[in-house]
Amino acid sequence: MDIAIIVGLDVVSGIASLVLISAGLAVIFGMMKIINLAHGEFLMLGAYATVLAVNAGVNIWFAMLVIAPVFVGLVGVIVERCLIQFLYGRLVDTMLATWGLSLVIVGGTTMIFGNTIVGVSSPLGGFQVGAYQSSLYTPFLALMALFLMTAVFAVMRYTRAGLIARAVMQNPDMAATLGVNPARVYMATFGAGAAMTGLAGGLLAPVAGVVPTMGAAYIAKAFITVVGGGTSVLWGLISASGLFGFINQIAAFLTTPVFGEVILFIAAVILIRLLPTGISGRFFKGRL
Amino acid sequence: MQLLNGMTGALIGSAIAAVGILTAPLYVDLFQIMQLTVFAAMAVLALSLGFIWGYGGILCFGQTSFFGLGAYTYAVAAINFADSTPAILLAILIPVIFAALLGYFMIYGGISDVYLGVITLTVSLILFNLVNSTAGDFYKIGDARLGGFNGMPGVPTFNLPGNPGYILTPEQAWMVTGIALIVVYLGLRLLIASSFGRIIIAIRENETRAALLGYDPRIYKLITFMIGGAIAGFAGALYVNWGAFVSPTIFALGLSAQIIIWVIIGGRGTLIGPIIGCLLLQWLVTEIGAQQAFDANFVLGAILIVFVLLVPKGIAPTLRDMVMSRFAERGDAPPDVSVKVKT
Repeated sequence: MDIAIIVGLDVVSGIASLVLISAGLAVIFGMMKIINLAHGEFLMLGAYATVLAVNAGVNIWFAMLVIAPVFVGLVGVIVERCLIQFLYGRLVDTMLATWGLSLVIVGGTTMIFGNTIVGVSSPLGGFQVGAYQSSLYTPFLALMALFLMTAVFAVMRYTRAGLIARAVMQNPDMAATLGVNPARVYMATFGAGAAMTGLAGGLLAPVAGVVPTMGAAYIAKAFITVVGGGTSVLWGLISASGLFGFINQIAAFLTTPVFGEVILFIAAVILIRLLPTGISGRFFKGRL
Repeated sequence: MQLLNGMTGALIGSAIAAVGILTAPLYVDLFQIMQLTVFAAMAVLALSLGFIWGYGGILCFGQTSFFGLGAYTYAVAAINFADSTPAILLAILIPVIFAALLGYFMIYGGISDVYLGVITLTVSLILFNLVNSTAGDFYKIGDARLGGFNGMPGVPTFNLPGNPGYILTPEQAWMVTGIALIVVYLGLRLLIASSFGRIIIAIRENETRAALLGYDPRIYKLITFMIGGAIAGFAGALYVNWGAFVSPTIFALGLSAQIIIWVIIGGRGTLIGPIIGCLLLQWLVTEIGAQQAFDANFVLGAILIVFVLLVPKGIAPTLRDMVMSRFAERGDAPPDVSVKVKT
């Protein structure tokens, strides 16, 4: 019984972490149809911002919930203005440019801070489930994932900015004729996506090894989730995270975490063969 | 006739290069020969991506998957057979099978370029994690221990076919690698000049139109992808032969990025471009490694961004266009034998 609860918690935390690490990527992909290959580095910048702020004496909650997303969000806006905006309509070139950016960020961070691991400790304690010990940080991450999804839904559904964003997502040309400037919407989208990624990086900082190359450990899962989910930001992300998080954790429990990842990938490739536009391209077409 | 001219040029160039390769040990010292050997092995890898991306239009971000699979297959087979000839063949065969499986799911699924790039990149990342986790005695194939993140040291290098006792010297290994590069280059030139080559270029230019003319784009793309996998796997065997060592870092993100950069700066839609790009960048990375001021990733990333923004066609096509326009000004333009590339 206790083991069932622990595995259940693992599944929940697997799904939650997929939602967190993929949300920013999904927002940018859903709106702009580009995959940001510097996604892992945005995560890393969020984690670094958190760690540096905490080491400078800032409260850890403020550091990971405010400083990390704001900093990476600003980085995102700067990147969009200085790089992405020149490549609109050239999807492949955009991906290549963001890949170059990812190398620049990894190299730059290594040059400034070196390869050493600077860590912060997990701010919450643990709790007992029968004979097993689990961290309170896991349910906290799940709550944050839930909060993030609710926030995205609320903004997209009930605010004017969300309305404009959905209009540009459906048809940028039509939105432009109605007086919306798609370029500005894209800039805001990229900034918002980067901020969400920064938040995820900040939340991961206490539980991950913070090194310049840490992004590579997360991007495989984030890419699979977004590609499997398709272009619908919210439902694609939730359905793909739910499916893949479940498969990944159960497979990891039965074999090893690495084979869990391999099985997750095989499942994703089969899914892509059946649904080439992702889950949302088939079942949630035109939804958020 | 024009095609023949292009081929003649390639043959003359290759013959000169072959003479250079065979005589290099006479005037270059051993350290530089070793350096050139790994450059040539990597250039074969660059050709594989230059072919499937530049001519097949397949945006593969994870060409290291096939390279690494070929390298590991060669290492495992060479240790077990104690003979390099069947190991080289297996190092080509296994990546081809893997490319066929992966390519079937992606190409017959009809996914977009963006998805294909992301999925192939993900494959290389997952293979990296997988091979990295194979430390310990449990993970071995025959006599070969996979070794996890420590890699596999002491892999037997190339021997004379049919005579496992005769191990090639570094100079002979260099000649084999250099000649292999030329053979792969000429083979791809011939393939591109054949009707198969024309069909895959037609598919790259307009998939729907090619399909309406009666060619099934999926099978042609899949075969292109498999050829790319075969060449990359072969490059993997050449690479292991150079160092007698293989580790999971050949699946790592850094190398995937470098292959893309070679092809981008060299030029998509040419075969000589990726080779030039590969040699230039390899040399540059070696130079950067010798000093401490700049991180290699930083420089590579900056180069990639600059090329994507300012020289999207790459070096070889840009130079060719400059030469062509100079000739055009003088009014005696040579016939345009190049294949127009849509960028």
